[in-house]
Amino acid sequence: MLDIRNLQARVEEKEILKGIDLAIRAGEVHAIMGPNGSGKSTLANVLAGRESYQVTGGEVRFGGRDLLEMPPEDRAREGLFLAFQYPVEIPGVSNMYFLKAALNARRKYNGMEELDAMDFLQLVKEKAALLGLNDALLQRPVNEGFSGGEKKRNEIFQMAVLEPRLCILDETDSGLDIDALKAVANGIDMMRSAERGMLLVTHYQRLLNYVVPDFVHVMYNGRIVRSGGKELALELEQHGYAWLEQETAAARS
Amino acid sequence: MTFWYRFATLVLMGTAADPIQAFTQQEYKYGFVTDIETDSAPAGLNEDIIRLISAKKEEPQFMLDWRLRAYRHWTKMEEPNWANVHYPLIDYQSIVYYSAPKAAAGNGPKSLAEVDPELLRTYEKLGIPLKEQELFAGVAVDAVFDSVSVATTFREKLAQLGIIFCSFSEAVRHHPELVEKYLGSVVPHTDNFFAALNAAVFSDGSFCYVPKGVRCPMELSTYFRINAKDTGQFERTLIVAEEGAYVSYLEGCTAPIRDTNQLHAAVVELVALDNARIKYSTVQNWYPGDKEGKGGIYNFVTKRGKCLGVNSKISWTQLETGSAITWKYPSCILMGDNSVGEFYSVAVANNYQQADTGTKMIHIGKNTRSTIVSKGISAGHGQNSYRGMVKILPGAEGARNYSQCDSMLLGNQCGAHTFPYLEVKNQTAQVEHEASVSRIGEDQIFYCRQRGVSTEDAVSMIVNGFCKEVFKELPMEFAVEAQRLLSVSLEGSVG
Repeated sequence: MLDIRNLQARVEEKEILKGIDLAIRAGEVHAIMGPNGSGKSTLANVLAGRESYQVTGGEVRFGGRDLLEMPPEDRAREGLFLAFQYPVEIPGVSNMYFLKAALNARRKYNGMEELDAMDFLQLVKEKAALLGLNDALLQRPVNEGFSGGEKKRNEIFQMAVLEPRLCILDETDSGLDIDALKAVANGIDMMRSAERGMLLVTHYQRLLNYVVPDFVHVMYNGRIVRSGGKELALELEQHGYAWLEQETAAARS
Repeated sequence: MTFWYRFATLVLMGTAADPIQAFTQQEYKYGFVTDIETDSAPAGLNEDIIRLISAKKEEPQFMLDWRLRAYRHWTKMEEPNWANVHYPLIDYQSIVYYSAPKAAAGNGPKSLAEVDPELLRTYEKLGIPLKEQELFAGVAVDAVFDSVSVATTFREKLAQLGIIFCSFSEAVRHHPELVEKYLGSVVPHTDNFFAALNAAVFSDGSFCYVPKGVRCPMELSTYFRINAKDTGQFERTLIVAEEGAYVSYLEGCTAPIRDTNQLHAAVVELVALDNARIKYSTVQNWYPGDKEGKGGIYNFVTKRGKCLGVNSKISWTQLETGSAITWKYPSCILMGDNSVGEFYSVAVANNYQQADTGTKMIHIGKNTRSTIVSKGISAGHGQNSYRGMVKILPGAEGARNYSQCDSMLLGNQCGAHTFPYLEVKNQTAQVEHEASVSRIGEDQIFYCRQRGVSTEDAVSMIVNGFCKEVFKELPMEFAVEAQRLLSVSLEGSVG
C-alpha cells in the first residue's frame, strides 16, 4: 500500500533523509525507532506533506498513486492519517465541527454522500464509547486546554472516526503516563485490521509491548540501517542506540 | 434565497508556498453599474443646492430651516483628522449631492408598476425581493437606490399595528411632528463635521416608529447602493421605540466598482423610551477598493442610540467587511436608570483597507450596564484600529461595563491597534477590559489539511470560531449570511 523508494528530504538546507526504502502492505504494523535526530519525525512529516520539508529525491507510491504529487489534504482524503507528536490547539472550533468537516471532505472526495449532523453524532458517540472517551470532549474546542495525554487520545479518537488506510503515529507515546499510554495503545490496537497499514514512529520500546509490530526498522542518520521482527525492538532496549553507531561504522569500513 | 457576499481573505504568515495567500483574490461580486438616467444636481455645495434638495423632496419649512442651520454651522467647522486612517483630502465641491433615478425624482412611485424596470432588475441582482408575494421570512424591505427610496413593502401590515416604517422623506412629509420631535436629539448637527454635513444634505434613509407596547413582528431591513459617479451617500435614519416597544432592524449595503472614492457619511439615531428595546444589526459590504487600494468607499458614519427611558436597551451588532476606509463608533447614551447598551462587532481590514472603529458607552443614569465585544481581523496590508470609550459620569451610581477586544492578524504586513479610553467619575462603577491578539498559525492550517480540510475551509472555520460570540447576536438569517460573507472575504469562493 505504501511504497517508499530512496526518499531524500531536507529542512532549511539541511539534509535529513538520505535515502529511505520502505514498503508497508495492508494489515501490517511497522515500527520505526532510532535516536534523536535520526529523521523519524521528518519521515512522518514528509509523508504527510508538510511544506517546510523539501523532497530532494526518490519517490513514494500510496495505493499505486504518486503521493508526493498530492497536496496534504488530498493525501488525507486518500486515507493517510498522521497522529501528530505535538497536536495544536484550534480555539473556537469544536471537535465535533472539525471532525465532521474532515470526515465529509473525505467522503465527498471519495464519491460518498456526506453525513448529516444526526448520523455523524451517532457515529462519533459509538467511537467515543469504544475508546472509553467522554462525550463532553466533543463540544470542546480542538485540543484547547487539553493535557498532553488528552491530546494524544484525541488524535486516536480522530483516527477512529476517519478510518484511514494508513496510520502514521509520530511518537504518540511520548509524554504519556502509564494509564494514558495503555488507553492510547488500546485505541491503536483496536484499529488494526487487514485493510489498514500502520507506521509507528517511536523513541521507546514500551508502546510496542501493547501494540506488537510485525516489522521493526531502525533509523540512524537519515537511513534505515536495520530491519527485523519485534525482537529487534527488545534488542535495542537492551543495548541502546550506541551499538548501532558502532555497527554502522564497522559496516562502512 | 439570499445574497452572497465576497470578502477578502485572511492571509497566513508569509512563507514561501503560502497556501493562504491564494485566498486574497476575489472579485467583488456586486461590481456592476445600472445605466439609468439620473436626475442629478450639479456638483458642489452651497445654500442653493440645499434649497434644491429640500424642494425636490417637497419638505415642510422646518426641515429646510434645519438643513440651512446645519449647513451654516458646517461651513465654520474643520474636518477632523485624529483617526488612525489616512486618505487624500476630500474636495467637497466636486461631489454631487443629489441624484435620483428619473422616474422617482421628487416623489416615490405609487406602485411597482411605476418603477423603472432597470431599477427592479438591479434589485433582483442584489437579491432584494420587492414584490410582496416574494418576500421571504417576513422581512419588510425599504430599498434605497441612490438618493430616493423606491419602494416600501409590508407597510400595510405594519400600519395595522401602528408601526410606521417608511423612507425618511416620506416621514418628513406625512409625520412631520414625529420627525421634528426626535430628529437631532441624539446626534445634533453640531456633533461633528460629518454629522453637520449630513444634516445639511441628507437625501433619504429609513424612518421607523413603534408605538407603546408594540413588538414589531418582523425584522425590518433596508439596502443601500451608491451608483452615480461622485455621488456621496448621505443617509439619515431615525428609529423611535416608545414605552415597552421592541424592534429589530437590519442594515446591509452593497456598492458597485468605481475608480474614485465615494463618500458615505450617514447618521443613524435611535431613541428608546421606558422598557423599550431596539436591536440594530449591520452587515456592511461596501466596495473596499481593489488590491492596490484604489477606489473604494469612505464610510464615515455617526450612529448613536439614546436609552432615554428607564430599563431601556439598545444593541448594536455589526459585521464590517467593506469600505476603503471605515470610521464609525456606534454608541449608546445610557440616560435612563437600569438601561443597557451593547456593542458586538467584527471588522475586517484586508488589502489596503483602513478601519478606525469602535464604540462609546456613556453611563449617565443609575445601575446602567454596557457590554462591548469587538473582534478585529487584519490581513494583507489592512490596518484595523479599535477605539472604545467608556465614560461614567458622576451621577452614574452602580454602573457596570465589560469590554473585550480581540484581534486576529493574518500575515505580517497588517496591523491591529487598540485605543481604549476609560473615564470613570463614580466610585461605585465596575469596569472590566480584556484584550487579546492571535494569529492563525501555519501549524493549525497544516493540522486541518492533514485531516482532509482544505486551507480555505480551515481558515474559514477558524475565523468563524473567532467571531462566534458576535455572530450569535445577529438575527438568524443575517448570521448565516454573515458567516458566508466572512468565508468568502477570506478566501475566494463561498464555502
